[in-house]
Amino acid sequence: MIAIESLSKRFPRVTALDRLTVGIEPGVTGLVGANGAGKSTLIKILLGLSPATEGSATVLGMDVATQGGAIRERVGYMPEHDCLPPDVSATEFVVHMARMSGLPATAARERTADTLRHVGLYEERYRPMGGYSTGMKQRVKLAQALVHDPRLVLLDEPTNGLDPVGRDEMLGLIRRVHTDFGISVLVTSHLLGELERTSDHIVVIDGGKLLRSSSTADFTQRTAVLAVEVTDTDEHPDGTAALRTALRKAGLNPHEPAPDRALAPGAGHLVTLDIGGEAGDTDESVFDTVRDTAADLGLGLVRMEQRRHQISEVFTERSAGDVA
Amino acid sequence: MSPDRTPEHPTTTGPAPGQATAPAHGRTATAERGQDVIHNIGYRGYEGPRLGRSYARRALFTQSLRGSYGLGRSAKSKVLPMLLFATICVPAAILVAVAALTKAKELQVGYAEYVLLMQPLLGIYLAAAAPQAISMDLRFKTTPLYFSRPMERSDYVAAKYAALSAALFLFTAVPVLIMYVGALLVKLDFSDQTKGAAQGIVFCALFALLHAAIAAWIAALTPRRGFGVAAIIVAITVPYFLVTALQGIALTSDNSSAIGWLGLGSPGTLLDGIQSRFLDGRSGFPDAQTLTGSQGAVYLAVFVALVACFYALLLRRYRKAGL
Ligand SMILES: Nc1ncnc2c1ncn2[C@@H]1O[C@H](COP(=O)(O)OP(=O)(O)OP(=O)(O)O)[C@@H](O)[C@H]1O
Ligand SMILES: [Mg+2]
Repeated sequence: MIAIESLSKRFPRVTALDRLTVGIEPGVTGLVGANGAGKSTLIKILLGLSPATEGSATVLGMDVATQGGAIRERVGYMPEHDCLPPDVSATEFVVHMARMSGLPATAARERTADTLRHVGLYEERYRPMGGYSTGMKQRVKLAQALVHDPRLVLLDEPTNGLDPVGRDEMLGLIRRVHTDFGISVLVTSHLLGELERTSDHIVVIDGGKLLRSSSTADFTQRTAVLAVEVTDTDEHPDGTAALRTALRKAGLNPHEPAPDRALAPGAGHLVTLDIGGEAGDTDESVFDTVRDTAADLGLGLVRMEQRRHQISEVFTERSAGDVA
Repeated sequence: MSPDRTPEHPTTTGPAPGQATAPAHGRTATAERGQDVIHNIGYRGYEGPRLGRSYARRALFTQSLRGSYGLGRSAKSKVLPMLLFATICVPAAILVAVAALTKAKELQVGYAEYVLLMQPLLGIYLAAAAPQAISMDLRFKTTPLYFSRPMERSDYVAAKYAALSAALFLFTAVPVLIMYVGALLVKLDFSDQTKGAAQGIVFCALFALLHAAIAAWIAALTPRRGFGVAAIIVAITVPYFLVTALQGIALTSDNSSAIGWLGLGSPGTLLDGIQSRFLDGRSGFPDAQTLTGSQGAVYLAVFVALVACFYALLLRRYRKAGL
């Protein structure tokens, strides 16, 4: 669906994308990265609107550098920012956008009515959009990206500004875009947690570099993590190091400490380890082993928690990986 | 159609949020397709024609042109353009009535001259229409939605400029036509009037091309509407009155040869010079001066250069307008 090959984008002051190579398959793909990671920049290059400094990319088999127009005919785009004129109704606006995508007037009207219904906009679609809630605006933004029945939509932070309920509804809608409409989705967010519920595949970028690209199932497995906090004792002035050694003897797999982690006060007392499997079906014996190991060493066990993986862990893991 | 376009849940309702949020459960197209017997009556794809750039450009032109008269917009936004339109048409009708009553041989005011007299009104109309057509998309950041579609930035600029020019052309050409039809009805000389009106229409086109380019560029630089309105009125009226005043001074201070060259200093006087030199119009310059041959050539060259220059600036503005 999308093939990105050694793609870089340099602005005078920042490198937004740094030799990014990644392939994206049909389905729902989450593109995760912190603010400034280069998500929006990547989308603009994929639409053929901003030239890459080097490298290449194809979307639906078409080259972004030379076939931008043809790509944009079959791709939908939902920007991260507000983009709706307040004095126009959703219907008029989406009809106009459908025509801008090349749909004849009658088809544009039919597709608009269908699409607005699918995104859950009913009577209010005849009212000026200035009076809409954020949730309704996001739905119109999604509708204009879908109205020409694209093969792929690029959604830039569609949950931005939504409350938890609105967020869930939007994520459900995005899921349906693929399952019910058969349209592939590339959706960005800075929250891994929300995309893992929606996506088949997750791509994580940071500072314009690829951190990880894997199926959501793999991702969930690999990032199910147990965090153990212990105190130091006289016998073991570095409690975490001792615990790590002992856990390894016991056949478990604690993470190496990240070099920058020592800088954070208190962080030195934390040991993290993969516990495999999905949250919920973890082997209970791991907890026992950890508890017993800590007790044998005479270390105080402050807390033990199974974490939902957070984007920050992906980043620290990378820094750990970089030294190794 | 490629296999990835096959809906995996061909039912009307989507999966419940819980279901949707568990992508780990190996949802594969083949696994689900066999189970569902209800056919998709929810989402229909689109197999019809996709008409491409030139169609989009035309559709944008029509929509913007209609919008310049408040058509397809709220009732409130029709008021000002329609009021102004009526205001520019009424005096044209009055001129015809006067000609009829006085049994004159010709209209009191020439066709192009009429347009020039109405400049303050045209300034107000442009100051309302240009921000509406141009600034709104920038202010509400709608332009990325256009540029993420097949059209290029140049298509967008071409459509908007053409729409604004056409709106202004209609605004001036309709009163010219009213005068012409009226003149024929009161049986003024047919060939005189036809020639005059044709020249008047040409003048309307020239007027629209130049003023739309200037106003569009100003509007593209001022996403905030209030600024744009003020800036356009100032840009169109102030230089005109300034140049006219300077020409007056030139005349009284025995420098009347400077009058022609001074006329290059504002869009209005530039067009006045062109119409009196090339379109048989009455000059609005002091002493009703007309241009010399070389001045005329310079006027035409400046006209073309200005239109090209403002259009290029407009294009450049959109090349910069980030997505
Ligand atoms: N037009 C530009 N000129 C200069 N720098 C830019 C430009 N666009 C983006 N950048 C820079 O490139 C980097 C990546 O920006 P980008 O908008 O792609 O990040 P993002 O992942 O979308 O972030 P966010 O989550 O904040 O939307 C940032 O450091 C940003 O400042
Ligand atoms: Mg962004």
